[in-house]
Formats: sequence, C-alpha cells, structure tokens
Amino acid sequence: MSSTKFILGLFEDPDEMMDGITALQQNSVPIYDVYTPMPIHGIEAKLGIKDSRLGYAAFMFGCLGGTVIFSIIYFAMVHDWPMNIGGKPAFAVPDFIPITFEWTVLYTALGTTATFFFATHLFPGRTPRVMDYRATNDRFVIAIDVKKNNIPHEDINNLLKEAGAVEVKHNDRKYVSYE
Amino acid sequence: MKTHNNFDDQFVFEGRAKTWSLIAIVIGVISIIAGLFFNADREFSNLLLMAYYLTCVCCAGAVFCAIQYAAQAGWSASMIRIPQAFAKIIPYASLILLIVIAAGIHFTHNVIVNDRVVAQPYLYAQWATAGMSDVHSPNYDSTVAGKAGFLNIPFFFIRLIVFLGLYSLLAGMLVRYSENEDEIGGMVNYKKSFNIACVFLLVFGMTDPVFGFDAIMSLEARWYSTMFGWYNLAALWVSGLAVITLTIILLREKGYFSWLNENHMHNMGLFMFAFSIFWTYIWFAQFLLNYYANLPEEVVYFYKRWEPEFKPWFWLNIVINFMAPFLIIMSRDAKRKTKVLKVVCIILILGHWLDYYVMIMPETVGPNGRGFSYEEVGTFIGFAGLFAYMVSTALSKFKSLVPKNHPFLEESLHHHV
Repeated sequence: MSSTKFILGLFEDPDEMMDGITALQQNSVPIYDVYTPMPIHGIEAKLGIKDSRLGYAAFMFGCLGGTVIFSIIYFAMVHDWPMNIGGKPAFAVPDFIPITFEWTVLYTALGTTATFFFATHLFPGRTPRVMDYRATNDRFVIAIDVKKNNIPHEDINNLLKEAGAVEVKHNDRKYVSYE
Repeated sequence: MKTHNNFDDQFVFEGRAKTWSLIAIVIGVISIIAGLFFNADREFSNLLLMAYYLTCVCCAGAVFCAIQYAAQAGWSASMIRIPQAFAKIIPYASLILLIVIAAGIHFTHNVIVNDRVVAQPYLYAQWATAGMSDVHSPNYDSTVAGKAGFLNIPFFFIRLIVFLGLYSLLAGMLVRYSENEDEIGGMVNYKKSFNIACVFLLVFGMTDPVFGFDAIMSLEARWYSTMFGWYNLAALWVSGLAVITLTIILLREKGYFSWLNENHMHNMGLFMFAFSIFWTYIWFAQFLLNYYANLPEEVVYFYKRWEPEFKPWFWLNIVINFMAPFLIIMSRDAKRKTKVLKVVCIILILGHWLDYYVMIMPETVGPNGRGFSYEEVGTFIGFAGLFAYMVSTALSKFKSLVPKNHPFLEESLHHHV
C-alpha cells in the first residue's frame, strides 16, 4: 500500500481540465474537488455541487439583527423611559423602522462575511487549506482522494495525462499549506 | 441545449385570446357606459385610474427596452419584442388618457361646498374649477391661486401632450431601429438604439415625476410631496415588470418564445423583487417624513386615507405590494418556478391597481362616494382586454419574434444564472 493520499492532475487549460473531469467521471473515478484560478462556467453543475447555503445564514443574521435592535428600542423608548417626542405615542413603530432596517443590514453583512470566512477556513489567523499553490496562479487542479477507492493509481495517471494534464502529483499530505 | 429555434416564427393573434380580449372590451364598454350614466363621479375616477395605469405600463415597456439598450444588456435580447410591443402602443394609451382627462375637466356636476352649489369638473376639481384663482369669484382659493402659474388648464394640457408625445416619439424610434436591424443587419441600428435609449431615459427620468405630479398629485391640489413623482415612477416600473413577466409566461404557455427558459424568468423575478422593495422604500420614506413632522398641510394626504373607509385598503396596499413579493420570491428557487412567478405577477398587477386606487379615490370621490363594484371591476376588465388586444396586435405585426440581427442574441439564448 503506497502512502499516497491524493492524486492531483494539473492542467494549463480550463477546457482540457473539463475533458479530464469528463474522462474521470466516465471511468467512475470519484473526484474530491477541483481548484481553479478563475470561475469556470457550468462547473458546479458538472461536478454536482449543491447550491451554497450561505443565504440561509444571511437570513438568520438579518432576523437576529432586526430582533435585537427592536428589543433595545422597545426597552429604551417604550418600557424603561418613555418620552414625548412631537406628541407621538411612545410606541411609534414607523419611527423604529429605519434603525431596525439598518441593524438588519449590518448584522446580515457582518454575519454573512464571518460565516463565509469560517466555512472556507479563511478566518483571520487560520491556516488556509491549499492542496496546490499554483491553483491560485496558473494551474487548474483536479484532486482525487485515492484512500476512498481502490482504483489503481496508474489508471488515474493515464486518464489525467490523456486528457492533457501537464503534471500529475502524488501527495502524501492533503494540505501542503499545513506545516 | 436547443439550437434549432425558428426565429421566423410570427405571433398569430387569433382564437381564444382574441375572443376573450374582445369580450373583456365589451364588458368594459358596457360597465363604463352604465357607470357614466348612474355614477359618473366614480366612473371618471376609475377611467382616470385605468387610463393612467395603461399609459404607465406601456411606458414601462419602453423604459425596459431603453435600459437594456443603454446598459448594452445581452440576456434580454431574445425577449425584447414583448416590451417593444408595449412601447408601440404608447400613442394609443396616451390618447385615451388625454381624452379621459379632457372629458373629466370639461364635464361638470353640481356639488355643495360650504352651503353653496358649485359646478365642479369631475376630475381635478380642486384646481380646475372655474374661478378658483379669481379674487372676485366666490370659488377663490388663495392656495390654489398661488399655484395657478403652474396648475392652469392650458399649461397642464401642454405639459401632458409634450411629455406623452415625447415618450411616444422616442419609444417609436427605438422600436423602428430594432425592426430596421432585422432587415439590414450590422451595428448601425444598434448604435442608434443605444443613443436614442440614453435620450429616452434622460427625458423620461426628468419628466415622469412631473407627469405623476400632474396626472395624480394635482387631484389634491393643496398638498405636495417631492417624493410623489418617484413613488409613481416606482409603481409604474413594478407594475410594468409584472405585466411584462405575465405576458412572457402566457405566451410561453401558448408555445411561443420556446427559447426563453427559467434563467430569463429568474431575471424578471429579480427585477420584480428588487423594485417591489424600492417601491416600499419610497412609499415608506414619503409616509415616515409626513408622520414624523406632523405638519398639517402635509399630513392631510394621510389623514384622508386614515378615514375608516380607506384605512384597510391603505394598509392592504403595503401588505400585498411589499410582503407578497418579499416573502414569496425571495428565494432563488421560487424565482425559477413559472407557476410561482405567475401568481406573484397577478398579485402585483392587482396590488398596484389598489395602489393607484388609494392615490386617486380619496381625492375625487372621498369616503362617502367610495365603492367597489361593477364600475371598478368592469373598467379594469375593459382596460385589461384593450391592453391585451393592442399588445397582441402590435406583437403580431413584428415580422419575427426575435431581433434576428441583435448583436447579443447568442448571449441571450445561452443565458445562464
């Protein structure tokens, strides 16, 4: 048993990489993930990646922000210290709406950003998870988790090479960025 | 992916669509005549409402085209014929609006104001009544007299005719360039379309708020709100988008525009969602400032809508025009489902009818004359039928349902979001 954990196929050209994905899929080789320096049209559908759930997080944070500030205003302006402002009733809802809106937007923006950073391991101070450094520069990388299946490594090599991979790496570690 | 679309397909206006739109027109004509006979005051308000709504929806079609050309947008190229058909009928819609307004100002009825019988016109009675700016007349009103330099009958009609004439002319040019493009190809007509679209947007953006002030806000001549023009522009745009989307959905159900898919519908859904929020923003901005400042000359507008006859409709307006699109089409999946979009379109079309109803009725007929019966329903059906008939006729006159030589046509056919 070799110590190889991941096989990476490095491509120079996005079309050749898409051919590589097709070749692997036709031969039932499960693809762990694909890393590209730029967005590639239609790749999510090809790899069967589910839609991001970030929107749900955004919605939750928005609801939280709106509720928090509305409670604060209610406590301050209605319950604890009601004041006569322009003869309005203490619980003047229209006046509360702009600030509720602002806090909803603020919480949504900050919360969504934080969730995104957390989920993608980009949070400040965390080591980013990188499988190949050139995937952010000029290489299109297909990663195959070879511990999850028994396909001979040579076959995967050949499939990637035939599709036009300029280099095939056999990595013993998952993330090269972790020291 | 379908690659063999037949772009020489022409829309044929016949069968059930034609029968039903003619039946709707007949229903409309009967109820308008009955309304004018039995309850002319309310019928004139309804005519103004629907004629204004019709003109606004047609203008929204022209605005849609102009925005697509000015932004050099590609996704909409294969459906641009539908808003172009709207733009084509602006002259007819404008003519109907002008006739309604002219008749509403010309015909008078006797109303008792302060124990005195006054011959008021059916529409714009608050400033168009004879003698309002004449110091010696018993009808003299100093506030209205102060505005007489702007709000007088000749200048009012000059403005309306100039604005609607400009919209008709520029929108007509935009459509004509696109038709020429089909014939001769090349980029010349696209460049001309770009230029005229920019001119149209400039002219429309500058004049439409004034058009809103004239046609609707001047019904309450003593009140003013600088937000009102934008409020009307937002209503125009949302209702126009809802009608465009509903038209696409209905035409696709009939087998036309087979190349439009859920990606195009998604964009229309985004538009409706975004501009419903915009409409709410404007509505609320106008409301909040008046509520907060509580100045008598400003809150009179909302005071009238606070009467028990109007209050439920006033609140229902914000609920259906804000909550319905906000909650129903917020998610991506909902925007991509034709059935959901169809329901939202219908809600928004009826919702913005209610929006105009709440703008117009308290000023013209007031709480005592308010009602919801054959005048309202019949006039709406009649104008809806007229709109369907005119748009379908305009659409059937296009030689093809796609601008065949539009430079972004391929992008539109492969649109993906």
